[in-house]
Amino acid sequence: MSGSTTLGPVHQAYLLQARQMQALSFMVHIPLVAFGIAFPVMVLFAEWLHMRTGDPLYRVLAKRWSKVMVALFAVGVITGTILSFEMGLLWPNFTATFGSVFGLGFAIEGFSFFVEAIFIGIYVYGWDRLSPRAHFASGIPVVIAGFTGSLMVVAVNAWMNHPSGFRLVGGHAVDVHPLSALFANTYLWHELVHMYIAAYIVTGFLVAGAYAVGRMRGRWGRYERTALLIPLSIAALASPVQILVGDWAARDVATTQPIKLAALEGLGQTQSGAPVHILGWYTDDQVKYGIPIPKALSLLAFHDPNATVKGLDSVPASRRPPVNVVRVAFQTMVGIGTAIALLGVWFLVVRVRRRRLPESAWFYRAVALAGPLSVVAMIAGWVTTEVGRQPWVVYGVMLTSQAVTGAHGIPVAYGTLALIYAGVAIGVAWVLRRLARAPLDLPPADRTVAASAGD
Amino acid sequence: MHFYDLPLVFAGIGLVLYTVLAGADFGAGFWQLFPGRGKPGERIREHAHHAMAPVWEANHVWLIFVITVIWTAYPIVFASVASTLTVPFLIAALGIVLRGTAYATRSGSASSRETAAIDTVLAASSILAPFALGTMVGAIASRRVPVGNAAGALWASWTSPTSILIGVLAVATSAYLAAVYLAADARRLEQADLAAAFRRRALAAGVCAGAVAVAGIAVVHGDAHPLYERLLHTDAIAGLMLSVLAGGATLVLVGRSRFEAARVTAALAVAAMIAGWAIAQNPILLPGLTIAAAAAPHDTLVCVVVAIVAGGVILFPSLGLLFRLVLIGQLDHASPQTLAPRTPRAVLSASRAGLLARLAGASFLIGLGCLTIADARWAHLIGVFGLLGFGIAGFFALVADELGPAG
Ligand code: HDD
Ligand code: HEM
Ligand code: HEM
Repeated sequence: MSGSTTLGPVHQAYLLQARQMQALSFMVHIPLVAFGIAFPVMVLFAEWLHMRTGDPLYRVLAKRWSKVMVALFAVGVITGTILSFEMGLLWPNFTATFGSVFGLGFAIEGFSFFVEAIFIGIYVYGWDRLSPRAHFASGIPVVIAGFTGSLMVVAVNAWMNHPSGFRLVGGHAVDVHPLSALFANTYLWHELVHMYIAAYIVTGFLVAGAYAVGRMRGRWGRYERTALLIPLSIAALASPVQILVGDWAARDVATTQPIKLAALEGLGQTQSGAPVHILGWYTDDQVKYGIPIPKALSLLAFHDPNATVKGLDSVPASRRPPVNVVRVAFQTMVGIGTAIALLGVWFLVVRVRRRRLPESAWFYRAVALAGPLSVVAMIAGWVTTEVGRQPWVVYGVMLTSQAVTGAHGIPVAYGTLALIYAGVAIGVAWVLRRLARAPLDLPPADRTVAASAGD
Repeated sequence: MHFYDLPLVFAGIGLVLYTVLAGADFGAGFWQLFPGRGKPGERIREHAHHAMAPVWEANHVWLIFVITVIWTAYPIVFASVASTLTVPFLIAALGIVLRGTAYATRSGSASSRETAAIDTVLAASSILAPFALGTMVGAIASRRVPVGNAAGALWASWTSPTSILIGVLAVATSAYLAAVYLAADARRLEQADLAAAFRRRALAAGVCAGAVAVAGIAVVHGDAHPLYERLLHTDAIAGLMLSVLAGGATLVLVGRSRFEAARVTAALAVAAMIAGWAIAQNPILLPGLTIAAAAAPHDTLVCVVVAIVAGGVILFPSLGLLFRLVLIGQLDHASPQTLAPRTPRAVLSASRAGLLARLAGASFLIGLGCLTIADARWAHLIGVFGLLGFGIAGFFALVADELGPAG
């Protein structure tokens, strides 16, 4: 299968460091991207409330959020730039061989970024300088571009996981059909929907979490209640839905990438009526110390309790991903996903039955925790997808070891990037604290009152 | 010209726009390193920051545009360049990261000491990034980047006199462009002292950039003779001449304080220089690699060209809007326009909210049935829309009775 490639073979002693550098770059970019996708919607909703009700509180809210939005957008832009550089810095042979197949996705994405950057500029610097209607309208392209941008990147990733639209002849891609490679790919749709919802969960819980922490410290008035309600409602609705979509994703993986599914579940041998194991550790071709649920895997993956599921033994050891990395990541995602879905349902039930916000302090502690946890779930999900695809960079076509650069000094680059990213993280944390502390510009009636008198 | 040249032409236009737009952003950062002392210095820094803050992200995307077009339409070129020129590429990346972070954090700074510290990082990174990108251009132009996976020298490829020259030239032209633009902006804002300050800077930077360019001819003659030959003995010479003329005209215009016209000639000078290089380089991209050989299969080229043209139809009006707002000044003269007070009303009536809640429940069941239980692809599509409906209807039902007018 994996024959020659466009630039020919190289020896790279630091493949592992290159992979880690790629992983680090993604882990920094992806949470920011979540904000790029979901936050504009929340900001615009607050502004729409202001237009509809004439209530200045919503305007204050939208304006304050938009400052956070633009700061995070700036960091999203630069971390994304690093990723695009890494396509050549780390994986030149991947780009040289397949750029003509998948590159179109990024080229179109470039225009999304243009639209997003232009209108975020107009929106954020246009408060007080545009008519209310024009200002609101200038935010809409930001929302659309956030969607199309992630559509394009995810299309590329889906192609890497389920490649089509070309033939490889003597290491060169021929018969290339970029449109069908990117968009006629069945693998795209679950990834897109799952990622998009993840963005809403992450943004919703992180923003709500900030106000939940504020409530514990006694900052709780009409402003804070509104600022909590909007993101929390979104996250609470999205998190149960995510379980259904995740189940869909797993069924797609089962049919297109059986080895990844086997790694997710630690299934050593091909068998019918395969079980699911909760927790445990994969050694000696099986899961030890886990809680087995007989036939569950066959049922979940193929809707038939006796279906045959391929095991890791169906490919040679050199073609298997690192099982425990993938499996622990997957279980982490599913565990967190289940927990935050329960939290969401708690909120929905109280809200629908009692027509108010939950009052238990435990609820707010859980919301504060749900933000960071959902970031962990999202990263764990990408680890599942990407490490689960290893050793392939293009599934079944090109090995990651064939894609890598022949340049020296990867560990130095990796160390430098890690250092710089630590600095970026400190800078972002610092500016967010500063923005949160800026005094609220509200009429006295809406100012903070003590938590007990709040509701 | 052949069809396979077309994406390269677009990338070239992108490179010109990146140089004249983002170059000016870098240059504005450059001037923050030498603002002068005390209050006037602080005003110079503020002016440089405020002029660029709304546009730097959009300007930066031109780089992404160039990179993605090259790696799609001429994948081997991108891979060979990035893997040989790893070091300057990484330096440019780090410069870009630091700069973006400085922009993002500046809105949180409370004291002038904090702002000054952030501006220093911004300025240093604004010099680093164009310098590193310039050395890469120098390496390509002097044919030190062979085809292959890291086939060229890790250091020698981009530390030749030609590379250093173009790196320095990139910094100097950035500073020059920025000073001209900032003088024009200051004039528009009726800040005579700032306009004068940037006029002085523009003249100084213009003279420096010109001197580097002239000295460069000697450097290229010695270090990269084939490039020298092609620059002087092909149509490239026209580009260089135009660049010299436009550069000279800019100095005269700035000297007479005609900044708006100088904006145009300054950009023209830079564009003509890049065009000259492109002509000299044609049709060889890398040693032994012609454009025809590097180009992606025909289908891909067609898709890229269509995507760029279609994208341009959206892009240029949007960019026009942004720059009009920035230049006409609607983005910098605050004239608060809030909504006229009106009778407060609720977001949704209670009965509507109840209806939405039931709709959300029904949509969820559709989603569950079609996405989770059914297996057909068309059913999945319906299921996804069911879940979307659950989200939207549910959201409005949830927030309706809490949100509303004050009081
Ligand atoms: C907030 C984030 C989040 C949450 C709560 C979940 N996921 Fe997830 N998951 C992601 C965020 C994510 C993601 C955005 O990180 C991934 C990576 C690739 C993708 O398409 O989505 C992902 C991938 C991913 C994959 C691999 C898909 C592939 O390789 O193409 C599967 C099988 C699941 N998920 C399944 C689930 C299940 C059964 C969940 C239920 C509890 C779940 N996920 C919750
Ligand atoms: C376009 C969309 C892509 C997305 C969204 C994506 C996502 C990710 C994520 C989140 C990780 C972290 C996994 C971990 O922690 O180990 C990762 C790792 C990785 N990605 Fe991708 N990726 C994409 C494209 C690429 C490309 C273009 C390459 C290169 C050829 C690549 C190769 C890798 C490699 C080698 C790793 C490290 C895996 C490991 O540590 O074992 N991915 N990717
Ligand atoms: C999970 C996968 C990814 C998603 C969903 C995603 C989406 C986005 C979005 C929405 C933005 C806009 C900036 C923001 O709002 O923060 C962005 C920025 C960016 N992304 Fe990603 N991205 C992903 C991975 C990648 C990869 C793999 C690359 C490159 C190969 C990349 C390159 C970029 C670039 C260059 C920018 C900056 C654009 C600008 O200058 O405005 N991203 N990304």
